[in-house]
Amino acid sequence: MPQVTLNVNGRARTETVEGRTLLVELLREQMHLTGTHVGCDTSQCGSCVVHVNGRSVKACTMLAMQADGADVLTIEGLAHADGTLHPMQAMFREHHALQCGFCTPGMVMSAVDLVQLHPQGMTEDEIRHGLEGNLCRCTGYHNIVKAIAAAVPLMHPHLQPAIAAE
Amino acid sequence: MGFEGIGASMRRKEDHRFLAGRGQYTDDMNRPGQTHAVIARSDRPHARIRGIDATVARAAPGVVAVYTGADLQADNIGGVPCGWQIHSKDGSPMKEPPHPVLAIDRVRHVGDPVAFVIAETRQQARNAAEKLIIDYEDLPAVAHLKDAVAPGASLVHDEAPGNICYDWHIGDKAIVDNAFVGAAHVVKLDLTNNRLVPNALETRCAIGECDPSSGDYTLWTTSQNPHVIRLLMGAFVLHIPENKLRVVAPDVGGGFGSKIFHYAEEALVTWAAGKLKRPVKWTSDRSEAFLSDAHGRDHVSAAEMAVDAQGKFLALRVSTLASMGAYLSTFAPAVPTYLSATLLAGVYTTPVIYAEVKAVFTNTVPVDAYRGAGRPEATYLLERLVDVIAQQTGIDRVELRRRNFIQPDQFPYQTPVALNYDSGNHQATLAAAMKAADWDGFEARRAASLRKGKLRGIGMSTYVEACGIAPSKLVGQLGARAGLYEVANIRVHPTGSVTVFTGTHSHGQGHETTFAQLVNDQLGVPFDQIDIVHGDTAKIPFGMGTYGSRSLAVGGSAMVKAMDKVIAKGKKIAAHLMEASVEDIEFKDGHFSVAGTDKKKALAEVSLAAYVPHNYPIEELEPGLDETAFYDPKNFTFPAGCHICEVEIDPDTGVVQVVNMVASDDVGRVINPMIVEGQVQGGLAQGIGQALMENAVYDADGQLVTGSFMDYQMPRAHDFPTMHTSNEVTLCTHNPLGAKGAGETGAIGSPPSVINAVVDALRDYGVRHLDMPASPQKVWALIQAHQPRMAAE
Repeated sequence: MPQVTLNVNGRARTETVEGRTLLVELLREQMHLTGTHVGCDTSQCGSCVVHVNGRSVKACTMLAMQADGADVLTIEGLAHADGTLHPMQAMFREHHALQCGFCTPGMVMSAVDLVQLHPQGMTEDEIRHGLEGNLCRCTGYHNIVKAIAAAVPLMHPHLQPAIAAE
Repeated sequence: MGFEGIGASMRRKEDHRFLAGRGQYTDDMNRPGQTHAVIARSDRPHARIRGIDATVARAAPGVVAVYTGADLQADNIGGVPCGWQIHSKDGSPMKEPPHPVLAIDRVRHVGDPVAFVIAETRQQARNAAEKLIIDYEDLPAVAHLKDAVAPGASLVHDEAPGNICYDWHIGDKAIVDNAFVGAAHVVKLDLTNNRLVPNALETRCAIGECDPSSGDYTLWTTSQNPHVIRLLMGAFVLHIPENKLRVVAPDVGGGFGSKIFHYAEEALVTWAAGKLKRPVKWTSDRSEAFLSDAHGRDHVSAAEMAVDAQGKFLALRVSTLASMGAYLSTFAPAVPTYLSATLLAGVYTTPVIYAEVKAVFTNTVPVDAYRGAGRPEATYLLERLVDVIAQQTGIDRVELRRRNFIQPDQFPYQTPVALNYDSGNHQATLAAAMKAADWDGFEARRAASLRKGKLRGIGMSTYVEACGIAPSKLVGQLGARAGLYEVANIRVHPTGSVTVFTGTHSHGQGHETTFAQLVNDQLGVPFDQIDIVHGDTAKIPFGMGTYGSRSLAVGGSAMVKAMDKVIAKGKKIAAHLMEASVEDIEFKDGHFSVAGTDKKKALAEVSLAAYVPHNYPIEELEPGLDETAFYDPKNFTFPAGCHICEVEIDPDTGVVQVVNMVASDDVGRVINPMIVEGQVQGGLAQGIGQALMENAVYDADGQLVTGSFMDYQMPRAHDFPTMHTSNEVTLCTHNPLGAKGAGETGAIGSPPSVINAVVDALRDYGVRHLDMPASPQKVWALIQAHQPRMAAE
């Protein structure tokens, strides 16, 4: 069976996989990185989103072998090593953007990529359309949209409103 | 440390683990020596099984075992039980045909489990399942309600003639019929409440394990109520006594009702683990979930209201067909009856009501409680009917509602359909919602939309629901086969920190936070020194779980009762320590004090004395500070409110865009406003989803056409506007917290507000009603079929 070598959350890993093994199966079942979830079988729900070479990817839609040589970032690797949350994670908590928590890892990973792609800032409408690939059944998305909007200036400090001269 | 008690929007304790990817959902767990199971399911809506040849499957690589219904029968395994018995009008009990764990000789819906294939890996199990040869003889199937009750329809169960499970009624038909005679107006409406697929984002999963040395079983499962599963599965299916069966529901990724029920797969993994002496894990695919998780709604109703010349409702008559699917799921019989027909008074003073419900078997996935369970169906019927009455009588729809409201000074209010509402203020929620929605400014917005070629409509719904389920004696009389109290164990540790063991279960509701706030409020213990434990029958004394917005109203009340016991015992200890009389001890802000003096002891000092009883009234009092309470509710609770939806329709495409959504709810006492707001927003999204998008479609032969996220339209972020929610509080009068419950208001109240808005947008087209979902195709066709009755310009 083939071997793949990939860098997961900053650590080089070599694993033996089947040709049909999906990236999400490799992460969850062989590497025990169970923060990445599987919520469907038609590539619709986005619970399995991780970053591959810096871009969000549905890990159920990619073969493990396709990730050979890639840098993969999962939800477990998003926070700082000392446990400090990434601004997106922190805003999700602050704005109650999660309830059952199941869609959350994929939602956060999608949102990070989405905001990184918009250094010019984002409107509410852009955020809502940007979440097209992620389903949530608990929140009605309201607070997820709020959390992402709040994370935009934290991830792009030049967008922070200048402190008014007082 | 700021204010952490009742009313603070504390950020949630559970969030860090979920945000860091450290949640522990059932599928995240793996047991040593674990095997993997796949279920071979029927692809036929209705067929006789002539034979199953598993020879090739058993010989496939990695296969450990293949079981069929015959193996379970040989082991004397029982069927999946139903938890609620309804009696028909004639007094006869409902038809309750067997629900085998694996099909015996017939399959009755696409997805009916036929064989259980266990292998070393999931892929091997899947490969082997494909090698099963199942010889079916197809039988005619009925999928739709009206087909199932047609004369000569094929029978889902031979035991249920006409496919009728029960024919139930409530109210006095003769009195109601009489009230229709001579009424100024009689307004009729036929409507369908569309079938929904729950689709919690986490699919179901179950792991069974048996310790061969002790014979102890453990089931890890995606459940909202592990003790109920232990009771049903242990006593009725597998015959395992409670002391030998532990059920754990760890982090659960959403339930919405669909994870209340005891499912066949839980029994299969547990039973097979006992046979094989190895753990057995099964995880549902999403496609499988569409065919095996209990669906929701699926009612067809005919409603008529008699109305006097002033618009006062005189009498309501309703006839409903409710699908049960192919088998009776755990609470299914209660949904269209005691959770729906009893809500038909709504927020109105309608003096007499008669409702009849025929529950019908169809060759479809079982239907059971889902996100509101019966109450959305009642609310949709009533609130659509009220708008049609307004249209037909020419009375303004707001004024019509106001004229018929139960007034604030009429509580407690006895309805003609059994419920006794304890409190409420419908005028207040209506006024708040209308203000937030700028109802009065609507016509200007409508005109502005018209100028850009769009149709704009506004709709409202004023609803009440029955939650806090429920007084055990009452539900016992109504057919429940369980009590519906709740249990709490409050353990004050020696140094004064607290662990709460609750029989409710959190799968998104944030109990670990809300309950800690409640304990902080009552005992004065800091928020971060309080932990909540739930979901494990080995840790929690007992419990009935979480559904029907009951966790705070019933489970929280059990906590208050247990904390009262802690305080009562603490007073005795404190009296001893401070050499005072117990009657003089007061407890406030975490301290016991002697009235009228400055003598006081912190809870931590008292708890230390309780666990290190050197100076302790040991003759009269046991050591320790650990109290358990069972709380049985005295009544249902009655959250209520007003939802207003505003839509804009593109007449060229029929696309309905929700442009504003307002909810003003009365959920009683609010512990954490942030969490309540989140619960309501999620429910509103479900309501909008049902009204505009979601629909489980079966073809006439019983194949589920919408069997995946490719076909079943799940609402997405861009389907919603910013939502506006607020609370107008009246307290529940019969539980110690005054709490009513917030989990279901959104899904119950909102669907008719959306459809009322769509019909309002189409007012110039003479549209009286359309059934949910108001899809672009349906709306576009209506626009094409009706010439606008434009005002002379």
